[in-house]
Amino acid sequence: MTTTEARPTAEVGNPRRRKEDARLVTGRTRWTDNIVLPGMLHLAMVRSPFAHARITAIDTEAARAATGVIAVLTGADIADEQGALPNAWAIVPEQKAPVHPSMAVDHVAFAGEIVAMVVARNAAEANDAADLIDVDYEELPPVLDLRQAATDSSLAHPDLGTNVSAVWSFDSASAGTGGDVEAAITAARDGGILIEKEIRQQRLIPAFMEPRSIVVDPTPEQMTVWSSTQVPHFVKIFIALVLGIPESKIRVIAPDVGGGFGGKLQFTPEEVLTVIAARRTGKPCKYSESRSESLMAAHHGRDQWQKLTLAATNDGDVTGLKVELIADMGAYLGLVTSAIPLLGAFMYNGIYKFPSYHLKCTNVFTNKTWTDAYRGAGRPEATFAIERLMDELAAKVGADALAIRERNWIKHEEFPFATVAGLKYDSGNYEAATAKARELFRYDELRAEQLKRRESGDPVQLGIGVSTYTEMCGLAPSRWLGSMGYVGGGWEHASIRMLPTGKVEVITGTSPHGQGHETAWSQIVADRLGVGFDDIEVLHGDTQVAPRGLDTYGSRSLAVGGMAVLAAADRVIEKAKPIAAQLLEANVDDLEFSGGRYGVRGTESGMTMAELAFAVFQGHKLDGSAEGCLDADATLDPEDFSFPHGTHLCAVEVDTETGATSIRSYVSVDDVGVVVNPMIVEGQVHGGLAQGIAQALFEEAVHDESGTLVSGSFVEYLVPSSADLPSFTTARTETPSTTNQLGVKGVGEAGTIASTPAVVNAIVDAVRHLGVSDVPMPCTPYRVWKALQEGAQS
Amino acid sequence: MIPAAFEYFTPSTVDEAVALLRDQPDAKVLAGGQSLMPVLRLRLAAPETIVDIGRIGELQGVRDDGDALVIGAMTPHSTVQADPLVGEHARLVSLATATIADPQVRHRGTFGGSLAHADPAGDLPAVAVALDASFVIAGPDGRRTVAAADFFEGVFSTALAEDELLVEVRVPKYTGWGAHYEKFNRVAQQWSIVAVAAAVRLDGDSIAEARVGLTNMGSTPIRASAVEAALVGRPATPEAVREAAALAADGTSPVSDLNGDADYRRHLASVLTRRAVLSAAGTG
Repeated sequence: MTTTEARPTAEVGNPRRRKEDARLVTGRTRWTDNIVLPGMLHLAMVRSPFAHARITAIDTEAARAATGVIAVLTGADIADEQGALPNAWAIVPEQKAPVHPSMAVDHVAFAGEIVAMVVARNAAEANDAADLIDVDYEELPPVLDLRQAATDSSLAHPDLGTNVSAVWSFDSASAGTGGDVEAAITAARDGGILIEKEIRQQRLIPAFMEPRSIVVDPTPEQMTVWSSTQVPHFVKIFIALVLGIPESKIRVIAPDVGGGFGGKLQFTPEEVLTVIAARRTGKPCKYSESRSESLMAAHHGRDQWQKLTLAATNDGDVTGLKVELIADMGAYLGLVTSAIPLLGAFMYNGIYKFPSYHLKCTNVFTNKTWTDAYRGAGRPEATFAIERLMDELAAKVGADALAIRERNWIKHEEFPFATVAGLKYDSGNYEAATAKARELFRYDELRAEQLKRRESGDPVQLGIGVSTYTEMCGLAPSRWLGSMGYVGGGWEHASIRMLPTGKVEVITGTSPHGQGHETAWSQIVADRLGVGFDDIEVLHGDTQVAPRGLDTYGSRSLAVGGMAVLAAADRVIEKAKPIAAQLLEANVDDLEFSGGRYGVRGTESGMTMAELAFAVFQGHKLDGSAEGCLDADATLDPEDFSFPHGTHLCAVEVDTETGATSIRSYVSVDDVGVVVNPMIVEGQVHGGLAQGIAQALFEEAVHDESGTLVSGSFVEYLVPSSADLPSFTTARTETPSTTNQLGVKGVGEAGTIASTPAVVNAIVDAVRHLGVSDVPMPCTPYRVWKALQEGAQS
Repeated sequence: MIPAAFEYFTPSTVDEAVALLRDQPDAKVLAGGQSLMPVLRLRLAAPETIVDIGRIGELQGVRDDGDALVIGAMTPHSTVQADPLVGEHARLVSLATATIADPQVRHRGTFGGSLAHADPAGDLPAVAVALDASFVIAGPDGRRTVAAADFFEGVFSTALAEDELLVEVRVPKYTGWGAHYEKFNRVAQQWSIVAVAAAVRLDGDSIAEARVGLTNMGSTPIRASAVEAALVGRPATPEAVREAAALAADGTSPVSDLNGDADYRRHLASVLTRRAVLSAAGTG
């Protein structure tokens, strides 16, 4: 056996501790807010307290006269300069959207919208002066309920003439992917099972750990922008497009970024305004939002209303699913706001073989903070809907929740499988994941205990929740994005530089904000090039260092960016071959690459990559027949999505006296394909579970009747901590993806997508015999208790 | 956010602090800062003067004063929680203190600060009321003592005048009593939705004396006197305690908010009172 065969698994699969953790965990690193430049000025924003109003006057005189104030700017001052913020996804050609200014000029459409800014010598002076700005508003009736918004009875943007941004639909009969759902519904009504259900996906706040911060250094040569963003490459392009600065003169750096969860997949008003302030003053400028501003004005997530109709036979075979959706865009369209429900539209069939499917989605504007991507982005909503329905179907049929799923899911021998929603699932093994979960969970024992508690009338009831999910990861094939109306592509880029001292620089176009790319990409390259893990440095997040890239979101980094890294590594090996032949005085055909070394077959003669890199650096012995450079670039457009899946089982105890829910055990078995670093995968699963459970039990952005965000601090917006969560049992099965070279799938969103329905299903299962068939999210003790009161009456 | 500008004083004696409160305009006492700092940073308040009493040594610590314990107003929660005298003679105080927020807050927040803040959802006021604690207050004219029942006047409002300072709290000894603080909230660091403080002295199998205080069942902490009366002389059995606990919500006027309406809180008060009393009886 040669080392070639041993190497590929040496690093890939190794649960290495993350290279980046020491600096991230201690905070001794370059967060944007830590950056201090000579002569730097500070910004403070004045934000509208009203959800919907006309600005009638702004008095900035006192602020302008205040200590340390350099400039005060209102929307009127920068109306021509600020341009409009972009939305990058028209889900239908006729999509409507109001002009989205970075700073409101005469109309505010949500509480938190910026109406003025102060530029001052320090942050305290900027804040003090902001308090002195007096804005006169004429309040307008706010549009707050998404269903009411859809009726156009009152308008969020009177000038737009409607609240409806777009209506998008999919029908399996007309798409040729399946049958007619209306026929299935009629048949079920005549002699089958019909389940109708309305679900409110509450509004959530991404609540990343590091509030957003921007520093801009304007020099005549270059506009350098540091931003706590997931998407530095997007920010660069949009600064150019919106503010008219040549793209070649813009450098955007995302230094270490403390979380995003989709919340920093955005081009923000604050970024535009900080650039404007820097351009106008000619000085470096910084804006760092407070937590209150972050919760109020950074984009929100979810917020959909779902009306579902599931048709099935009396035996529990699903025959069709009809989905009517209203999605709250909030006040404006952000980068991909309108496409969030669309990303879910392909997932309502979950892991099942539905013969018919119809979805109609209406995107509406309201006078609330705009929504956009939040961990899972459309897929959690879809998965929740179908997994709640499958539990209801099981209850109707009188079957076990796992058995009803097995009856309907795609069998492992049926892959690749063309779904009713029009996707091609390349691989999967739902039987294996479910069997493993069932065993780890001690499913049968818990069912027995549940029965016992029901029979004894125990005030604390036990419930078991099932969630079997799949999701589309690896966003995305550019041609698919194009066909869906997205303006950008889905490719990714990587470069590898072989340094003379034997070190390797890997440059990735993905932009980590906690995911551990530096470690994982090093593991991939170490295996491929046969160089040491510690000899590899991964560079990212700076458009001058990594000029090509499309950043990090949608569980794409490994499946797309990681594969670009792999492709670049293969090119390095390819480029090294003729050089090695020259230096080793051998025929190219006699060379073989293994264990990081080109050797001449049948001899001891050979050179390592480090030796080759040094020889190329010297150039002394190269004859010019091959390019004297080992460095290589690769751009990779994914062939298709990848489809992680898994089975999650949750046991909850519901205290029927108080309505309190506590999670007793939680088992997740995820199939994310080949795993590069199991420790990173486990971390992603844990974090994802916490966020998904948070939607089920804790988090909700609540507005009062005037449109003010009531849950505007962490006192009301309850982000759970480790004290509020159980110990998770996590395990994996491994069915390699066939859509990429390594067989990886993606794990960033899996936990969030799977866990919410598992928890809610468990709660309903615990108290179904007490007359409860649903509890709205978040399932607070109060809501569970109320459902129990109502159940007792019915 | 950055607080608005204020004058900042760090007196080293109670007399100095009281003089500052009397002489400085619009002065606010900083007693650990776990409630005041967020309010300042959010600019919900912008007092002209902050009097930081964190460096007044005489406000620190717990001491034995015969039939009562004396807890200095600036004693951090973490110290109170770990204090052996408190554990022995006022166990209810230890137990309730252990549920306050999180370890960071318990190290910075103070016993007196929490009481003087008079948050209806704060945990210590109900305990002080249940245990008949008395509050020693220093002012320009000297010191006075106010009973817990008279100290709390409303939401964030107490018997303290603007130029007065809470110096120490005297907690009668409840040596040998069983105690329990039953707190109901949704996440660990959250304020109480409702909580019940109970202390019970058993005589054999029956309840000889009981003290029950309710957190967040009105604008001030409430003494559940009807429950106490119904418990005395009854056996510490689930049935007997359930009957008495049913009276817990009598005379209360809890708020309605995102965490529940008034009816739900009244229901919780009775369930939690039963649990608190039974646990207290079991720990005696």
